[in-house]
Order: sequence, then C-alpha cells, then structure tokens
Amino acid sequence: MSPVFQVERLRKSFGGLAVTQDVSIAMEPGDRVALIGPNGAGKTTFVNLVVGHLAPDSGKVMLAGSDVTGLDPVRRVRQGLVRSFQVTRLFSDMTPQEHVALAILQRTGRSGRVLGHFQAMPEVMDETRTLFETLGLVAVATRKVAEIAYGQQRLLEIAIALALKPKVLLLDEPAAGVPQSDTPRIEAALAGLPPDLAVLMIEHDMDLVFRFAKRVIVLAAGAVIFDGSPQDVTKNARVREVYLGNYANDRSAA
Amino acid sequence: MTAASDTQSAVQPAYRRRDLTGIAVILGIAAIGYFLFPNNLALLTRILAIALLVLSLDLVTGFCGVATLGHAALFGAGAYAAGMAAAHWGITDPIAMVVVGAIGGAAAGLLSGVIILRGHGLSQLVLSIAVIHLFHEAANKASAYTGGSDGLAGISPDPLFGLFAFDLWGRTAYGFGVALLVIVFVLLRILVRSPFGMLCRGIREDPVRVGAMGGSVRGTLVKMYVISGAVAGVGGALNAISTQVVGLDSLSFTTSAEALVMLVLGGTGSLYGALLGTAVFMWFEDVVSAANPFHWLTMVGALLIAVVLFAPRGLFGTAALLLDRLKERRR
Ligand SMILES: Nc1ncnc2c1ncn2[C@@H]1O[C@H](COP(=O)(O)OP(=O)(O)OP(=O)(O)O)[C@@H](O)[C@H]1O
Ligand SMILES: [Mg+2]
Repeated sequence: MSPVFQVERLRKSFGGLAVTQDVSIAMEPGDRVALIGPNGAGKTTFVNLVVGHLAPDSGKVMLAGSDVTGLDPVRRVRQGLVRSFQVTRLFSDMTPQEHVALAILQRTGRSGRVLGHFQAMPEVMDETRTLFETLGLVAVATRKVAEIAYGQQRLLEIAIALALKPKVLLLDEPAAGVPQSDTPRIEAALAGLPPDLAVLMIEHDMDLVFRFAKRVIVLAAGAVIFDGSPQDVTKNARVREVYLGNYANDRSAA
Repeated sequence: MTAASDTQSAVQPAYRRRDLTGIAVILGIAAIGYFLFPNNLALLTRILAIALLVLSLDLVTGFCGVATLGHAALFGAGAYAAGMAAAHWGITDPIAMVVVGAIGGAAAGLLSGVIILRGHGLSQLVLSIAVIHLFHEAANKASAYTGGSDGLAGISPDPLFGLFAFDLWGRTAYGFGVALLVIVFVLLRILVRSPFGMLCRGIREDPVRVGAMGGSVRGTLVKMYVISGAVAGVGGALNAISTQVVGLDSLSFTTSAEALVMLVLGGTGSLYGALLGTAVFMWFEDVVSAANPFHWLTMVGALLIAVVLFAPRGLFGTAALLLDRLKERRR
C-alpha cells in the first residue's frame, strides 16, 4: 500500500533551540502509530508543524500523494489531516451536540448557511447521535461543555475529529489529565476508531501505548531515535537511556 | 430518525415561542411609546435607528468577539447612501432608500471589516478608530456630494407606499421605523440560530478550534461584517428619512463609542440586550440632560460604572441570569 501520510526531513528551530531535527515519518491507511518521548522532546511541535500551525524551516508534508506544505491549516483539515489538542480546546458555552454538528456541517460545506437550524436536519442529527452512542456521550449531548467532566471533554475532542472524517488523525495525548478511572473509556474510543484511518497518537501512558500501537516512534531532543515494533522498543539501548529508563525508574519509585 | 424528529418538534416551538414573545414585547413597548410621548416621536424614531446600529454592533462584537470603536462608519455610510440617493439621484421612494442604505452599509462593512480584521485585540481597536476617522474625513472632504460639515440637505422622501406622507409629527417615520426594526430583528434571530450563527459563536470562543475544524475564520468574520453593515445601513437610512438631513455626526467616533456603551449596558450577544441598552441609554440621556444640562454626562458615567461593576453581563444578561436562578430554585 502507498503511504497516505508522509513527512520528509522536517526541521524547526526556535532561536538556537532545534526542536525538530530531520524528522521523516510515513504512515499507511489503518496504521496505529504511537509517538513517544520525554517532556519537551518536540512532540507537540511536530504536530503543529504537520498541521500548519507552525511553519517548518525546511522539509515536506505529503497527504495522500500531494504536497500540502504550502497550504494553510484550514485547507489541510479539509483534505483530511486532522488533529486533537493536548489541552482541550472546546467552546465552553456550547453543547457537545453543537460541536459535532458544527464539524459535520463544516465537512459537508453547510456551515455558512444563514437559514435553518441543524436540529431540523435529520442527517446531521442522526450522524451526531451515532457518534455519541459509539463514544458514550449521549447522556451529556445537550449539556454545556463547561458542565461536563474532563474525561467526557476528551471524548468530545475525539468525536469532533471523527465527525470531520479524516484520512490521517493526530491525537495529542488523548488521555492527558483524565482520571485513572476514566481511561478505559478513552481506550475503548481509540479501539473503535475506523479501521482504515491512519492514526498517530502521542501518549505518555505506556500501558495505553503498548495496547494501542502496532508501531512506536521515539523522539528525543527533536530527533527520531527509534521507529519500530512495540516489542523492540523496550530492548533498544538508546530508548532505555533517554526515556524508558526514566519510565522504569518512575514506576519503581511510585 | 424518530428520535431526531422528536427533538426537532420539541425544540423549534420553544425558540419560536420565545421569539414571538420578543416581537410582542417590542410592539407593545413601541405602542406605549407612541401613546405616552406623541410629541416626542422624533426622539423615539432616533432610538429605533440607533437600535439598528447597536444590533449591528452586537453581531460583530457580541456574537463574533470583534472589538470595534468604529461601527458608526457602517451606520453613516447607510445614511449618506440613502440621503445622496434621494438628494442627488432622485431615488425618493422610502423603501428604495432603505435598500440603498443597506447596500451602502454593507459596502462600508466589507471595507472596514477587511481593514479591522487584519488586527487582533488592541491593534483591532486602534484600526477601528482609524477607520471611523478616515470615513469621517472622507465625508467631510467630499462636500460636493455630502454637504460636508453643513450636512446633506434636500432629502424629501415620497409617501410610504404612495399613501402615508412623512408628516411633521413624525408618525409615518415612527411606524416605518418600528416595522423595519421588527423585520430586521426577526431576520437576525434566524441568522444567529443558523449554522452560520453557530460558527460565529465558535469563533468568538476559540478561533483556533474553528480552524482545526476546517472553518475559515476570516471569511466568516468578513461575511458577518457585511451583514452587520447592511443592518447598520438600514438604521442610517431610517435616520436620513426621518430627519431629512444627514450630518457628519452620524459617521463620528462619538456615535461609535456610544453604540458600544449602549451594547455593554444592555448586554452583548443576545440581540435583546442591544435593544434594551439603546432604549435605556437614550431615554436616560434625554431625561437627565433636560433635568440637569450641566452634569448629565456625569450621571451617564455613574450609571455606566454601576452597570459594569454590579451587572457585568449588562441589564438584559443579568435579568436573564436572575430569572434562570429563580426557575431553578422553584424546581
Ligand atoms: N513557540 C515556541 N517558542 C519557543 N520554544 C518553544 C515553542 N513551542 C515549544 N517550544 C519549546 O520546544 C520544545 C518542545 O516542546 P513541545 O511542546 O513540542 O514538547 P512535547 O514533546 O510536546 O512535550 P510534552 O510531553 O510536555 O507535551 C520545548 O523545549 C519547548 O519549550
Ligand atoms: Mg506536547
């Protein structure tokens, strides 16, 4: 299969600090990749570069065979490159239903309509409901986002991303800040992602990483130091040194 | 399917009922005004015109979060467009004048939107102040068309529908103004509930989020500016028709700033707040300036400080909040 998503020799420095150093990654439809690395390794920066929120110093981003490096972020989203945020970004005054409806209307080119109401559009309501049933958000669908639990807000982030029907999904720490008791629900949502979607997930929770990913990429100080199977990542000496060592130490200390 | 259509039938009547109540209240207050102040219809009509300006400001400030101190540019452009159409080009049918005013306002909205939306936060505010001064200066310089600082005179609109002449008492103008306000209000209620309205609310809360959903922030805001310009332009045209002159004050920084004050006083983001704020501010200004012509500005200032400190959501926002709390307690 040909890659649906390809990053070639991406570079970015903030002043003297090289945050992304010659990063190249390719993904095929259906891939489940985890991007891990210590705090400050440049994971979020990588996502920002790929989706166009930051401009790279050099390098290329290809989506479904075409170069999107010069496109603005909105065009990339419309072509199927969608991200979620490490710290939830939602409209606190609006309901989950409104969020997802807005995403669907956007995808189907109807968000500029000045007449009508989405609740009177049966296809939008049906799609919203199906998504909420899959993710377990039906009960809070019409509450204000400010009033729902953080775990539910994280699920809503995933729901919005899915409503955009992406080809490539970049999840920035989908379980960050969620209480331990709620992580199974996030994990279930991740397990239920469409099978042909290419997913790259940033995550610090190694248990989640090992259950989700078929492939692990390790980033340290802005450079890829490992790209391979989850079985091999624990055996790699450099990875143990910069990352898993800390992880193992954290675990034994805890 | 059934569930979806259930919510549909359950939700629509709820907001429709609320809108019908709103219209009934507006018409009721308009009627009371007519019978209580039959000799002051000119002031009441001016309140209607300014209410259209403040509604228009609410669209960009309340619903989209754009800070502007230059919104009278849209109102003044509508007033001059309608006035010049009548004085120079023989377009004296009042409805045609309103249409010309709306187009003039929309064009000014497009122009100032494109300029103001270049900035963010404080720079946006500064750009908006620059815009209103440029519009003011342009109208002043083009005195051959606008009458400059003497004002644009020679506006004599035909009778409305060929039947109701614009009388000395201002009855026709008042009725026309009430009708325009109600029509615009109904259209705006539909607009703010539409997918486009929802997109705008999203932009106010987090433009980055909207972008990550594939929504175009600038395009949406410019579109709202054009709609807002049309609304303000209708207000400007109404003012030109009722007073039969257009002065430079309609394009002034002061008018812009006062419109923002009225909006904050009434409460942003609900449309009702804009109407309430305009009515209260202009009524208060009229009463206090008559009672104490020397210190009325002090009184207006005190009122504003009181509202901003004790009712930061504005009069309507605070009243709605209190009502909600009461309802919850009763439950
Ligand atoms: N806009 C910026 N300007 C300057 N430095 C930045 C900027 N954004 C990020 N950095 C720096 O780049 C480095 C990488 O940050 P980044 O947020 O990508 O890390 P991360 O791997 O996502 O970390 P975490 O696991 O904590 O989320 C950090 O040292 C950070 O301070
Ligand atoms: Mg990060």
